[in-house]
Amino acid sequence: MPLLELNDVCAHYGRIQALDGITLTVEEGEVVTLIGANGAGKTTTMRVISGIRPVSSGKLLFDGDDIKSLRADLRVVRGISQSPEGRGVFPGMTVLENLDMGAYTRKDRKSLGADLDRVFSLFPRLAERRTQAGGTLSGGEQQMLAIGRALMAKPRLLLLDEPSMGLAPQFIAQIFRIITEINEQGTTVLLVEQNAQQALSRADRAYVIETGRIVKAGTGAELLADPAIKEAYLGVA
Amino acid sequence: MPVISTIVLAQGPDWIQFDVEAFVSQFWSNTIDGLAYGSIYALVAMGYTMVYGVLQLINFAHSEVFIVGAYAVFFVLSALGFGPSAPNLSVAALVGDLVLAMLVAMLVSGLVAVALERVAYRPLRRRNAPRLAFLITAIGASFAIQYALFAWRGANPEPAVIMFRPKPVFEIFGATIDSQQLVIFGAAIVLMIITDMFVNRTRLGRGLRAVAQDPDTATLMGVNKERVIVLTFLIGGILAGAAALFYVMKVPAGVQFNGGFILGIKAFAAAVLGGIGNIRGALLGGLLLGVIGNYGQTLLGNAQWTDVVAFVVLVGILMIRPTGILGESLGRARV
Repeated sequence: MPLLELNDVCAHYGRIQALDGITLTVEEGEVVTLIGANGAGKTTTMRVISGIRPVSSGKLLFDGDDIKSLRADLRVVRGISQSPEGRGVFPGMTVLENLDMGAYTRKDRKSLGADLDRVFSLFPRLAERRTQAGGTLSGGEQQMLAIGRALMAKPRLLLLDEPSMGLAPQFIAQIFRIITEINEQGTTVLLVEQNAQQALSRADRAYVIETGRIVKAGTGAELLADPAIKEAYLGVA
Repeated sequence: MPVISTIVLAQGPDWIQFDVEAFVSQFWSNTIDGLAYGSIYALVAMGYTMVYGVLQLINFAHSEVFIVGAYAVFFVLSALGFGPSAPNLSVAALVGDLVLAMLVAMLVSGLVAVALERVAYRPLRRRNAPRLAFLITAIGASFAIQYALFAWRGANPEPAVIMFRPKPVFEIFGATIDSQQLVIFGAAIVLMIITDMFVNRTRLGRGLRAVAQDPDTATLMGVNKERVIVLTFLIGGILAGAAALFYVMKVPAGVQFNGGFILGIKAFAAAVLGGIGNIRGALLGGLLLGVIGNYGQTLLGNAQWTDVVAFVVLVGILMIRPTGILGESLGRARV
């Protein structure tokens, strides 16, 4: 049974259809990536999974249960945690407070220290800036904070929406390396990316989304070698 | 010293004159009394500022949440035998009665605020109504409650309830601080500190700040936004209920269907002055507005000037600092 399953999921913004029957699965332990152009529906897919946007039709299963009508805050309790597009760092809170927000739903407050240590070992930069306001961090640091904060929920499924967006190349490489590390520590990852090269080379499996529909699926390596993908998303003529 | 006792503008209108001597001689007593008034504005301002911080909504009906609390104070104290002359009670009995009246007012105002949110604002939120719809609804709710009170109790103010005769406690710079001013200022500060600590130190308070800063991301953290909104209205209502006790203490015959209107506007102005969405700003703005109004009244020699001066200063400060003295803090991103 897949950890996450979307079956023919549609979503709308008013009368505009944003998702036109998305079908995809994520197995426990995988890194799955969803690539596509701007406006293809990547972020909407993420928002539908985390519950910020409603599903208008189709099936949305997490761990075998239908979560379509489950409130977004309760999906966090179920084990879905998201680092949103644009990072969503709370500007007026310190790094520590932001990380603590990630653990908002956790009942086992005593073990937070260990998770904090884990986040700080993944992102030593955050440890240095722990008392600094989130709004004063650089873009790369904010991205680290957003990912670290999502990890503080101890998720079973980590949703990462464009973690490389707007980052300098050395940060991009670092972020992708850490995503692999997080996955190796046992967290399932669904990754939305425009940086298809990096995403595909890190992913077990990948889906390509175009105008709200999945148009191609395969292993990361397969799609990386696909000539049509190369032309459309990897900038290779 | 009184060389310039009264300055009359050379060719100015005769309805405006500056009584500098009175301003100087009453400076400290005005400051102290202004702080007591300002504490009441500040407590009410908290409700405006927190709701604005979380929802970007100016809850114009908050003045009615406050005046309903004042009615609660009136009814509780009347039932306890308070009336137009100060009662003859031991300090312990008096404190007990006043605390009871305050708790009931807090409960009533808190419930009215939550009910208001349920009935008036939540349905709009469900339908993704534009901000203007919220504003008009707020004004409508304000009038609805006001005139419901009018229909129930009539146009006249309720009979005065005197809680105690203020007694001088100590002097500062030659001005007397009386027991009433001390109680109001002290209690208000304690309530504000508790609220500030709740918002900044507790998990629920952190959830509230998260919703204020970024509602969608707060939801992704597992914060129940609806619950935070109810909590915000509840806290604002509770503080308005406490303010109602101090208001009746200071203005014993002020319980009237439209008695919240001007005070509400001044409290809202205080919130804007301090920086709307900013809890400490509400305190600062409230105290400043109370003090400035008193100065203006003495300087210009007439109580009618209180609000004129207070609002002129408000406009002046906003010209220099459009986001208020402390700026917005619960809320918007400053990235």
